Amino acid sequence: MVRSAFILVVVLAAYWLTLSGYLYKPVLLIVGTISILVVLGLSWRMKILDAETAPYFHGKAAGYYAWLFVEITKANMSVIKAVLSPDMEISPTTTKVPMKQSTDLGRVTFANSITLTPGTIAVVMGESNILVHALFSEMTNAADFQDMGDRAGWAVSDPMLGRIEKGAS
Amino acid sequence: MEQALHYLNVGTAMFLLIGMALLLGRLLSGPTLYDRILAVNSFGTKTVLFLCVFSLIIGRQDGIDIAILYALMNFIATIAVLKFFRYSALDVSMNYSSRGDLSKTVVGKAEMSGEDT
Amino acid sequence: MDGDVLHMLQFVISALLLAGGVFFVIAGTVGVLRFPDFYTRMHAAGMTDTLGAELVLLGLIVQAGFSQTSLKLALIAFLLFLTSPTAAHAVVGAAHNAGLKPMLGKYRAPAPGEAPEVKSEVKPKTKSKAKSKAKTKSKPKPKPRTKKKAT
Repeated sequence: MVRSAFILVVVLAAYWLTLSGYLYKPVLLIVGTISILVVLGLSWRMKILDAETAPYFHGKAAGYYAWLFVEITKANMSVIKAVLSPDMEISPTTTKVPMKQSTDLGRVTFANSITLTPGTIAVVMGESNILVHALFSEMTNAADFQDMGDRAGWAVSDPMLGRIEKGAS
Repeated sequence: MEQALHYLNVGTAMFLLIGMALLLGRLLSGPTLYDRILAVNSFGTKTVLFLCVFSLIIGRQDGIDIAILYALMNFIATIAVLKFFRYSALDVSMNYSSRGDLSKTVVGKAEMSGEDT
Repeated sequence: MDGDVLHMLQFVISALLLAGGVFFVIAGTVGVLRFPDFYTRMHAAGMTDTLGAELVLLGLIVQAGFSQTSLKLALIAFLLFLTSPTAAHAVVGAAHNAGLKPMLGKYRAPAPGEAPEVKSEVKPKTKSKAKSKAKTKSKPKPKPRTKKKAT
């Protein structure tokens, strides 16, 4: 909790300084400090200073998003080929992708990654699976989705459902 | 070199404007409501980009602040319009079950053959 | 002289990034216009939102150098990166919730002047893709477009 509070203060200070741009005006700095403290107090009262306050502030998430950027670029190429070819050969498909993440953060990261990758989009999130609409039937490869899900769960240190049964009690 | 950067930005702005003009076609002719919402959302993204380029062209920072506001307002407006057309009101709490139950949804081959009938 | 080279480099990198971003934006727009149904259009719009917008903003950041402007541009890029998939998921979820059926199966764009048709591959049995493609090409089955249940 101290860690989330610290990260929240740092992010809010950076946000204030970015938007105001005045680093040497005492009035603006004091007002900014006051508003940061108010926000900190409010979020402490709302009890939202937990792990979800700063979900992506460690090296694993940065590595994951770097990997995701490469995937996004690759998927963009195949979508753009379909858009620009005169007879676009597409085969829209829907599949249910099993979701093994147990925390909300892990599920959101997984579904968000699916939507961010062009060519696949998460339509509905159920309890244990996601309905995915894909532009090409080749994109609905179960192994690829499982790989992405494992990486997403790893990036937010999610105890995946398979591992819970082994490690519990 | 300043001049070259200026022309580069003007060219980018022109292309963004062309893209926005093309999107108006989808906005006017979208068969469903959701096509139109999609067009408005995409138009808003391009507007944000255009504002950024434009504020560099005229050499004033104010445009970027407006672009930040526009990016946030675009997102909120999309959600608000969707919610309004779903519930005919904005004062509705969205809970998890109201998004529909996935177990009732038929997907894949069943839906493919169902489409034929 | 040294500053000149740096400015040249800045210009070239910025031009490359802006050209790439504009290409993706225009291609996404063309995709939104060309794709046959709502769900496929969504993919094209997502392409604009992810790579197109980020590349254009990155090109502008290179132009602005290290200043408050570039920090604000980075903030915009971050906001777009956060909000665009959420908005896309909300739109698609709402359409699915309202009962809009996705068009499934193979699709080929109609030649100009030809009536629009959907070559839907209904049989889930087909093993080889080349075979099924040859079949659908030799015997074009005109089909009505997907039923669109607008609410």
